[in-house]
Amino acid sequence: MGDIGLLMDGFAAVIQPLYLLYALIGVTVGTAVGVLPGIGPAMTVALLLPLTYSLEPAAALILFAGIYYGGMYGGSTTSILLNTPGEAASIVTALEGNAMARAGRGASALATAAIGSFVAGTIATIALTFLAPAVADLAVQLGPQDFVALTVLAFLTVAAMFGASPARGIAALAVGLLLAMIGTDSLTGQQRFTFGLPALADGIDVVVVAVGIFAVGEALYVASRMRKGPLPLVPVGGSWMSREDLRRSWKPWLRGAAVGFPIGTIPAGGADVATFLSYSMERKLSKHKEEFGHGAIEGVAGPESANNAAAAGVLVPLLTLGLPTSATAAIIIVAFQSYGIQPGPLLFEQESSLVWTLIASLYIGNLLLLVLNLPLVGIWVKLLQIPRPYLYAGILTFAALGSYAVGASTADMMLLFAVGVLGWGMRQFGFPVAPAVVGLILGPIAEEQLRRTLAISQGDPSALVTSPFAAAVYTLLLVFLAVGIYLKRRQVRTEQELLRSRSEPVIQEGTS
Amino acid sequence: MTIVVGYVPKPEGRAALRAAVEEADLRDQPLYVLNTSRGDAYVDPTFAPAEDLAEVRRILEESGVPFELEQRVGGRDGADEVVAAADRLGASLIVIGLRRRTATGKLIFGSAAQRILLDASCQVLAVKAGEADGPG
Repeated sequence: MGDIGLLMDGFAAVIQPLYLLYALIGVTVGTAVGVLPGIGPAMTVALLLPLTYSLEPAAALILFAGIYYGGMYGGSTTSILLNTPGEAASIVTALEGNAMARAGRGASALATAAIGSFVAGTIATIALTFLAPAVADLAVQLGPQDFVALTVLAFLTVAAMFGASPARGIAALAVGLLLAMIGTDSLTGQQRFTFGLPALADGIDVVVVAVGIFAVGEALYVASRMRKGPLPLVPVGGSWMSREDLRRSWKPWLRGAAVGFPIGTIPAGGADVATFLSYSMERKLSKHKEEFGHGAIEGVAGPESANNAAAAGVLVPLLTLGLPTSATAAIIIVAFQSYGIQPGPLLFEQESSLVWTLIASLYIGNLLLLVLNLPLVGIWVKLLQIPRPYLYAGILTFAALGSYAVGASTADMMLLFAVGVLGWGMRQFGFPVAPAVVGLILGPIAEEQLRRTLAISQGDPSALVTSPFAAAVYTLLLVFLAVGIYLKRRQVRTEQELLRSRSEPVIQEGTS
Repeated sequence: MTIVVGYVPKPEGRAALRAAVEEADLRDQPLYVLNTSRGDAYVDPTFAPAEDLAEVRRILEESGVPFELEQRVGGRDGADEVVAAADRLGASLIVIGLRRRTATGKLIFGSAAQRILLDASCQVLAVKAGEADGPG
């Protein structure tokens, strides 16, 4: 019962007005960026990182968790009313949700998405509450070779699952690892890849790279292929939620939570895989198969629940092992690191009050989101009227300001834009950016653990695989890759089927 | 000589259209109805959706006035587009709708109507929306 007591302490901390305010700001900003296509939670958290240096860790993390959850809620609004997913995990919602809106049932689509997100988000947060301490207890017993195995697992699954092909994912990962290498080696004092430049001797600031890749890269990318012409916005019609809607929604909500949470916890591509899986499951199980493609409420309820549940699931490996399984999770790790806290097995012991405050804030954030989302949908939609040049000019200014604030050095600014151009190039040529960021953040940890293992075994590489846990992880890796490739195929197949059955394609744009 | 109408899918736009049809009938001149968007936001409430445009076409066809209906997406403001069209066609009259706006709102957002009044080189007829033009 110790965990429940700690959680209660966490609640006691979160309901302080100041923390509540940060949670409110977080979910509001999160919803806003979720609504706007092309601006995701990863970019927003990266942009806000330098600004939150002056906050205490709990306040900053509550803010970021709010943005993370809020992004998942907000994406559905744009999907349903504009047929353009606000973020990657809401692509499926656009299929049924927009059809519902055009049939005059927009209000019930929004309602089932929001309530489903709340239900699944809460269930998944409860699961996180009980699962995470257990995993952390297990993780404390792991040796360095086990962590090497875990980082290899994270690298390969993230590289294989994000983006169009595993080869591109691995190439992107290599870019991240290379950037992580730059600087002075902590063991030998040897300079690596610094070209003798003093500015690079300290290594590259992760915040600068994250802001460069996510914010500058994305802004350049969107600017380079700006679509002309406004899209038809379907007005919100119909009643919020009828008894019939509720009857058809509650099972998909629960199933969505059941699918989303486990997928979030394993490194298998994050929330968007979960939404596709949930969608095809709902279509199989539905009694109203003929409605799919023409606005079946199950097709909104399931995937929207799944993506919120997955968002909570992602936090399990993040908090207990320090393993990011999505781009936003990787940025949240940077946030921890900027306070000198390393997420991992010791987090629950050393920073217990911080972690439990964060988990408690997730419950509160979910509730706030439900209250904020539905009644204010008119205001969120107004955000879409902002001319995009203003939006991206603002992002670029903010990005430059933030990176300058990190170290007050002009070298950082040059680096920011160099990395921004790299991020643009990666998007332009179809390389996923998430593996690069994961490589950048996990690379130094992997290296340290690898060298520690080899030091202990006196250079014998077989130590890497002989521990039972490490061997199990490598076996799991094969299983995950097989399952992951299977899921990915299913996703592609579902996508193609849906595209074929639809007269107009879902417009996808800037979905990181 | 032509009469140019800056149309928006709102009560003031419908009022402008009605007044323009009357003027065209009186003056025996053709109508040029223009609806534009800068096209740089995801959603633009001044851009007429297909159904609304069809309704405009129906109204114009019923009136029996010779007309041309155009929708444009470009980098320019609606006010610039309307004035440019009037200059190009050598228009005798521009018809626009006015909406209620507070002093603060005008300070922040500016006014397309004011720009047209200042820039146009022909007569400008400004119309306010009445009850017949529907809710805003």
